[in-house]
Order: sequence, then C-alpha cells, then structure tokens
Amino acid sequence: MKFTVSWLKQHLDTTASLAEICTKLTALGLEVEGVEDYSQKLAPFIIGHVVEAVPHPNADRLRVCTVDTGTETLQIVCGASNARAGIKIVLARPGDVMPDTGQALKKGAIRGVESQGMMCAVDELGIGDAHEGIIELDAAAPVGSSFAAYAGYDDAMIEINLTPNRPDCAGVRGIARDLAAAGLGTLKPLDTTAVKGTEKSRIQIILDDPACPLFAGRLVRNIKNTESPAWLQQRLRMIGQRPISALVDITTYLTVDAARPLHVFDAKKIKGNLWIRPAQGGESFEALNGKIYTLSEGMTAIGDDTGVLSLGGIMGGSSTACDENTTDVFIEAAYFDPLRIALTGRALQLTSDARYRFERGVDPLFTLDGMEIATRLVVELCGTPETIVSEVEVAGKAPVLEKTIHLDLAKCFKHTGVDLPVTEQEQILTRLGFTVQQENGRLRVTPPSWRPDIDGSSDLIEEIIRVKGYEHLPATSLPRHEAITRPAIDTEEARLHTARRVLAMQGLMEAVTWSFMPAEIAALFGAIPDELRLVNPISSDLDVMRPSLLGNLILAAKRNVDRGAADVALFEVGPAFASAAPEGQRTIATSLRAGLSPRHWNAPTRAVDVFDAKADALAVLAALGVPTANLQITTDAPVWYHPGRSGVLRLGPHPLAFFGALHPQIIDACGASGPMVGCEIFPEAIPVARNAGSAKPLLVLDALQPVTRDFAFLVEGSVTAAKLVKAVKDAEKSLIRAVTVFDVYEGEKVEKGKKSVALSVTLQPTQKTLTDAEIDAIAAKITDSVAKATGGQLRG
Amino acid sequence: MTSDDLSGLKSEWAASIEGASSLAALEDIRVALLGKKGRVTELMKSLGTMLPEARKERGAALNILKDGIAALIETRQAHLAVGALQEKLAQESVDVTLSARPQSEGRIHPTTQTLEEIITIFASMGFSVAKGPDIETDYYCFEALNFPPDHPARQMQDTFFMPPKDGKPMVLRTQTSAVQIRTMETQKPPIRIIVPGRTYRCDYDQTHTPMFHQFEGLVIDETTHMGHLKGCLLDFLRSFFGIEDLPVRFRPSFFPFTEPSAEIDMGCSRKGGTLKLGNYGDWLEIGGCGMVHPNVLRNCNIDPDKYQGFAFGMGIERMAMLKYGIPDLRTFFESDMRWLKHYGFLPMDTPNPALRA
Repeated sequence: MKFTVSWLKQHLDTTASLAEICTKLTALGLEVEGVEDYSQKLAPFIIGHVVEAVPHPNADRLRVCTVDTGTETLQIVCGASNARAGIKIVLARPGDVMPDTGQALKKGAIRGVESQGMMCAVDELGIGDAHEGIIELDAAAPVGSSFAAYAGYDDAMIEINLTPNRPDCAGVRGIARDLAAAGLGTLKPLDTTAVKGTEKSRIQIILDDPACPLFAGRLVRNIKNTESPAWLQQRLRMIGQRPISALVDITTYLTVDAARPLHVFDAKKIKGNLWIRPAQGGESFEALNGKIYTLSEGMTAIGDDTGVLSLGGIMGGSSTACDENTTDVFIEAAYFDPLRIALTGRALQLTSDARYRFERGVDPLFTLDGMEIATRLVVELCGTPETIVSEVEVAGKAPVLEKTIHLDLAKCFKHTGVDLPVTEQEQILTRLGFTVQQENGRLRVTPPSWRPDIDGSSDLIEEIIRVKGYEHLPATSLPRHEAITRPAIDTEEARLHTARRVLAMQGLMEAVTWSFMPAEIAALFGAIPDELRLVNPISSDLDVMRPSLLGNLILAAKRNVDRGAADVALFEVGPAFASAAPEGQRTIATSLRAGLSPRHWNAPTRAVDVFDAKADALAVLAALGVPTANLQITTDAPVWYHPGRSGVLRLGPHPLAFFGALHPQIIDACGASGPMVGCEIFPEAIPVARNAGSAKPLLVLDALQPVTRDFAFLVEGSVTAAKLVKAVKDAEKSLIRAVTVFDVYEGEKVEKGKKSVALSVTLQPTQKTLTDAEIDAIAAKITDSVAKATGGQLRG
Repeated sequence: MTSDDLSGLKSEWAASIEGASSLAALEDIRVALLGKKGRVTELMKSLGTMLPEARKERGAALNILKDGIAALIETRQAHLAVGALQEKLAQESVDVTLSARPQSEGRIHPTTQTLEEIITIFASMGFSVAKGPDIETDYYCFEALNFPPDHPARQMQDTFFMPPKDGKPMVLRTQTSAVQIRTMETQKPPIRIIVPGRTYRCDYDQTHTPMFHQFEGLVIDETTHMGHLKGCLLDFLRSFFGIEDLPVRFRPSFFPFTEPSAEIDMGCSRKGGTLKLGNYGDWLEIGGCGMVHPNVLRNCNIDPDKYQGFAFGMGIERMAMLKYGIPDLRTFFESDMRWLKHYGFLPMDTPNPALRA
C-alpha cells in the first residue's frame, strides 16, 4: 500500500515530521517498507528560463544556452532537441546531487565550451522513465523558485507492508485514523454530502446474487472525460499508478483514498439494464487488461442484454470501458462477498486493486458514501453546464454484522502485563471508531463496520496495546517452577543426536539435503506412491518426497567429486517417506563414502569398501547401546546395494541397519561413478533398554590372567566368519571371552574352493589358573565344535 | 710377586680398560682379566700354593685388585653404553616434517549445532522438545491454526501442496506451528515446548530456499502474558548470542494463530555495510510471536477463559547465519565438503552453556 504524506494530511491534521510518521506507522503494525522523499531528493533543483540558445561552435547537435536563474545568468551546453530560447526548465547546478546517479553534478566543458549546469529530463530527476528531451514547464512557472514546490513534489511517498487483517488501511483514511488514535494528530471530518439526483437512471439494476448483497448505480450524463487535473495525476504517479482519464482516475483515487473500489461503465455502451448474477459457467468477456476470461459457475458476473460485461469486484470489461469519447457514465458502487472474490480471483489468476480490497473486506456501510464522493468528483472534474446526475439506484442492502464483544476490565492486564487505566482503554477504542460502554465490570464494545477483523476480546486487547505501544510491554522472565529432572529431548531424539556425533567422529561431514528429490532417482529406491508426489514442485527435479536419503547423498557426492574432491564422506540424519501419513515418515541416519583414501607416504591408498560402511553402522549402533556382539548379519539388503557386498544388521527380527557397497546401476543412474558405500541406520528400531536410572552395572574385574591361543581352520569358501566364530564360542561358553578373526587366506597354498581362517581365542579363567592340560582339552573341544558345525579342519 | 708388582699390573690393566673403545672390546678385556682363565683368576688360583700367613696377606691384596678392576670395567661400561645409545638414536632419526598419518575429519552441520544450542537454552527454562510430521493435513497446518479456508492470509506463505489423502487436503508444513495443535490435543496445560523441524515454502531465490528449519515455542498455562513472551525471548536471544545488553523490540503484526501478534526485532548496527548485533540503535527482524489465539485453544479443547499463553517462531538457518557469520542461506543445502569443513563443528563441540568459550 502506497500513499504520500500530503495525501495523508488531507485526512490527518498533524505537524509530525516524515520520520515521526514512519516510526509511528511501524509501531502501529503498519510496517514501513519504503520511503521516497521527493521533497528532499528534488530540493536543489530550481526553475530556470532559457533566455538565449545558439548553436555550439564545435557540434551540430549541441546548443549553448543562456539560462536566467533569477539571481544569475548561467551558460549551459545542452544536447536535447527541445532546448530552445523562451522555455522554462528545471535547472541543476554544479554540486547538486542528481537523483538518477547519486553523483554531484560537476562544472565542465563540452567540446571546448564551458557548461555551468544542466537542464533536466524526467528520468534524471528520478520522477519517471521518460527521456524525450528536457522538462518544459509552463510559461508561468516562477523563475528561481523550487521546482519540487511548483510541481507538487514537495511530498514523500510511503509504502507500507499491509497485513491481510487490515482492509481498512488499504485506504489512506484508515491509516490516518490509526495514526490519530495513536496521538499523531486529529482525523479530519470527511465530506460525504449527497449529490442530489434530478432524474431517474435510464439503466436499472437487476440484482440476483447472494455474493453481492448491495449494488448501487448512478447515471451521470453530458460530461466530458478529460485528463485528470495535475494534483490527481501527480498523486497517482507518486504511488506508481498511471493516470488514464478523469473517470478512471477517480475510481483509482477512491480505491486508494478510502479503500472503496468503484467501477465506471460508459453508459452508452450498456444495452438495456444491468444484471448481477452468478455465472452459469462458460461465459467469457474481455477484461480491461485486454485478456479474455472464461467464467466458471458461480463467479459473480455483471452484464447487460448482450451478455457478460464485467467481473464483479475484480475487473471491468473492455466493451463498456470509458474513453475520451465517453459522455454518459454509469458509476457502480457495490459490496461483494470476500470469499467469492478470493475464489474467483484465484481461479482466474487475476489480481487487481479492487480484488485486493474486496477479498480482505471493504466497509459495507461506506458503499453509498463512496458513491457520493465519486459523483462529486465526476461532476467537478468532468462536468459541463448540461450535466445531469440521476438518483442513486440501490439494489439490496449492506450486510450489517452487528458484533458485541465484552472485555473484562482486568483482562488486558492479565494478557499483556500492562496495567492500563480503563479510561485509557476506552479512549483508544473510541478513537479507532469502536463504540464502547462500561457495564458490570466490563466493557461492552461494538467494532466499526470497517473492521471485519475484530472478533473477540483478544482482538480488542491487541488494538489497545498496539495503539498504546508495544514498547510498554514489560520484559518479564518466565518463572521457573521446579527442578528440571527430565531431559528436554526424548529417547528417539537423543539417539539422533548421538548418531550425528558418532558419524562425525567416524570422519563424515554432516549434510542437510532437500526432503524432495527427482522422481526418476527416487524410483530406484522403490515405487513412489502418488501421495508423495508434490502438486506444485519448485522444479521438476524436486518433485517427490524422498523414500531414502541415499539418492540425495549420491548426488551431493557427485557434485563434490565434480569439484575435484578425491574422497567424499557425507552423512545425513533426516526424514524419509514411505507414505503421507505421520507414521510413513521415519528418520534415518545415512552415510555415504566415495572415492579413495587420501594418498600418504606411509599408508597405502585404497578404495572405500563395504567394511567402511559396516564400521560406520556398528559405531552408531554401539553408541546407541546395542549389544553389537549379539547382532545377526544377514545378506538380504535392499536392491540398491551390491548383492554380494552388503548386509543387514539385525537384533532379533528387526533390521537396525543396512550397509554395503551401493549397486553400480544406482550410482550410474545418478550420473556418478563408483565405488560408493553407505549405510542406513534406523535409530527408532532399536529396542529401548529396560533398565532405568543412571547407575551403570557394577564392574567385576577378573583376578586371573587371560590366556590367548591361535587357531587356523581350513573351511569351505562358503562358510562365513560369523558361523566359524559362533562354533568356536559354543565350544566352551564359560571360558571363551573373545574370538577374533585375524587372517583370511584363499590362494595357492590351500585347496581350491577352500579358505584358511585364522582366529585368536581369549580364555578367561575365573576360579584358578588353567593348566596346560586343561587348555589342550579346550583346544580339542574347539576343534571338534568347528568340525561339527562347519566341516572345518585345523590347518596343519 | 710383591704388592708393588700388583699395583704395576693394576695400572697397566686400568690403562687398557680406559682404552677400550667399544662395549665388545671392553668385554674382551673383562674376560681376559676376570674370566675363568683370566689373569686375575689365575693369580687367585696361585694362592693355593702359599703358606697360610702369606696367603692371608696376599689374598686380601688380590681381592682389592679384583674389586678395583671390576669397578673400573663397570664405569667404563656405563660410559660406553651411553655413547652406543646416542649412536643408535642418531641412526634412527627420521624426517619429522613428513605428514602424520591421515585422520578423517568429520563435522556437524551448523544447522544441527545451532538447533542443539537453542534446545540447550530452552531446556534450562523448562521447555521440552516436541515433534510432528513434515507432510501435514491442511487442518493441522492451517485450519486449526485459525487460517480460514481461502483467506488471503493463506497466501502469506507459499505452500507446497500434496495430493489429498483419505479425502483430506495435504500440504508440506509451512511452519512448525502445526505441532502446537498436535501437542495441545494430547497434552493438557501447563505446556512448555519447543518444536524444531523442517519447513517448506515454494520459494527459491537468494534469501529463500524451498526447505529450511524453524523452531517454534509454545507456553500455555493460566498466567503467562505477553510480558513473559518478551522476557522469555529477551533472555533466550541474549543467551544465544552471548550479548548481555542485546535489546529486543516487538512490532505489531498479524498471524492468524496469535492475537496480539508481534514481529521480533533485535538491536544491530549496519554501519559500513557490516551487520553487528547489539545495542546500536538499528533493528533486525528475527521472527514472529504472539499470544495464542483463543480460537486455536478452542480447536484443541482448551478453555481460553482459563488458559492462556504465547507462541513464537524463528528460522534456525537465519540464527546460524547471524551467530556464525555465514553469508548465504542456499549454501546450507549444497553439501559442499569445503563449506561443511569450514562452517561445520567438531563432533566434540556439543553445546554446553557452562563451558562456552
């Protein structure tokens, strides 16, 4: 919403400075977004008179002008084609800061002739885009005086960011009312005197639409539609509107001035009477913006015998548009249902100043006042001695929603902590136009018709404290009730915290990637249900909610590799989606490693492999309290993993994590190159530990020395390490404390299809030191157990 | 042989011990003198042929000689050992300017770090963390939060729409406020929660990304008023930024789910084109807040005549940018390893207000 200070002062009697006005506007919730202070910007420029203009001795297109400033005579070289003797111009002198460049003008010589200033064009002054020659002022313009004052630019434009709850402030008068309530001046009375009609309107109104409860029209005949007067054109230009003609400008003026949109029809182009009814659907019309719109059923259409002319409350039509030949005008002032306007505007993707106000809610009781002000302006600006004004034709009536709100006298203090005397609360509401009565320890309040946003007592409290000023709110620390005995985050959130820290300690960088991803890559991780496809994606490659985090991490790794990274180690802990239901979203800790380990003089370079991913998964699970020694490892990881180089870590039936090398086809489909490995950990799948409390189990230290013995077994190639280790452990559960595989050999020295697995077994005696004979007996049990379980033999 | 002879021998042997240039040469000398067939041993053996009187005298002299020689050898041995060790160490020297074995360097994302810092501060004020889904029903994201259907207020946020599910319109949540409703539906006052999470808006330019993180605060009880809201945010922002006199200003604004509503500004300076937080007279918008709208309470079956409270929301990336001087929002989501290493945090840097440097 844009307006100027002089426009504001038409409604507000105030001596406040521009800065004071702006500060107060923001303090009232009418946030100032921009200020263009023309009076300051144009302050240096004065009106000059070109006394003489002669050709430049060295350049055909230039002229050497003698300019009278009222106090001195300057020589100015000018290239504009309209620079000539006798005209009044806008003069910039050396040292003046030019609005278009922000630079001070310098005295100079142009082709050897001194130039002591500049005659300005519109764009150079920053008051328009035109650059067709220099500005020519009226012959009566006073030489030597301020251009800004002369041309109506001793003014400032203010733009506020209007919140959708304040339709009243979509008009200058509403803004003035707020400022007056806050003590920045007095609201001036508004002249809404009726213009007497002297005939019946030839055009009757047939109203048949519940979304238009009130429609008023009036015919004004024998007028002349000219250009608007300078003051009106000037105001519209300063708020960025283009003056069109007096009739059209009057409607724009009232829209901005009083938040009262109107429409003017060229009455001679209306065939028969005007009807207002919901569209049947399929009717089309050409709007004033030159585009053709086809109406859907229920949109409020305005038409005549020929069909639809105008879209109620949003935009008029070309066929009845007023132009320079218009002599009879039919003025429309109506009230439209905000919801209907919003739905219609959105469906047709048609925005207008009228829609903006109607969909937020205009003052229904001001409809006929708006008509009278508009009529007066039409007569004033376009009237001729023959002008005849009709009576106002009114169909329907203004919807009045008489609301009564009770405000408990203590409530304002209870909700804000600001102890305001009741009289002050009453005064603030009254200045805003509310009707207030005190009764039975509370205020009985009726909001004015221009405040559809006021609904309950909390709205009244906001009005009171807003106008009083939020700076009066005390800053009171929240009271602390009791000792805080529980953590702020729950177990699941705590697990995510730990997972992140552990993965970072594993040397991975935490990434945050989009929750969306390209559909074709998402499909590699399973079928995407339609409910996870965005209706309006920001771009076609971010069009579905991700089923897995791996795809985005692969793409991120590729970007890093493309930038020259040799090794990539990323992780993300974030949501993946199986459905649009809340339970379809789960948080997955996902890691991705790609490339080679860094080259180093003392460590061999190697490519990432499945055991890097397994280490990441196990590190997280261990930190989350999973007894990792009890984990089962199965080889049924999902299809996006390498089938022979991946696994699932399970505790009971629940998979806690997938890990492995990624499937080359997946890497390829992402446009990346391998190898890449990763893991996906499901923190919420980990069973919650049963023991509560912070105490750890008692530490029991073994008094006796452990004994270590090494074994090498020759087994079939298909026998897994896990199976072999289990066979060893089962041999003597009470004494075997640890079994570690320290070598695996397949090659020439063993039979084809077999492998040699070397294990280190730690025995922990608890009662007495083991004798050699006892150790030998255990070794024999181990050998037997392995033979039975795997067919493996001790390697000779 | 007289005792003079013995002292002559001792001088001679002492010279040869002193002359031994290596531990091996010294060992040879030791064997030659004190070994089974060594010279001193031979002399001791000769005692057997002597008369008792002479033997006693001679024996004492020989013992002195033997102990003296042994001591000399020991001294010389210690000296030679030091030299040998020094020589060995000299041979073991390496080029210590070579690089150490590579350690992988992980980092925590600034968004995570900032969020944990925020949680830590609010935890100390008795807040707990609540969560909700990213894909929300229109009801939780808008309707229950007092956004009337088709009201222009809905256009304040550029919403990502999802296909309807079970006949219900679905969206990606535009704000974490949806969790206010989910919490109040299941939990009765008093309530003190903060809600961090991913939020989505259909907007992508220099200062907007289609996804970002927000956190939301909600306090509901019988007495909390707007002054508490101001105090709570003042306490939080001063603690978070570590600026004791950071001023906070409220400006009236509009959010459908709060009444009265306010924008939150912090004090700053923009002198010389650089932003600096503090009590410098200028203001920077940091979030929105207000007293929870009675309609919102009613929608959760909480009696607005009995209970009241406030809600606020801020962007986590924005807080991180301001605190850690990160210039561009979009870089948070690019997963550039160089950026992550530079702006990220070491894994042991867990937020702890007691330990903050």
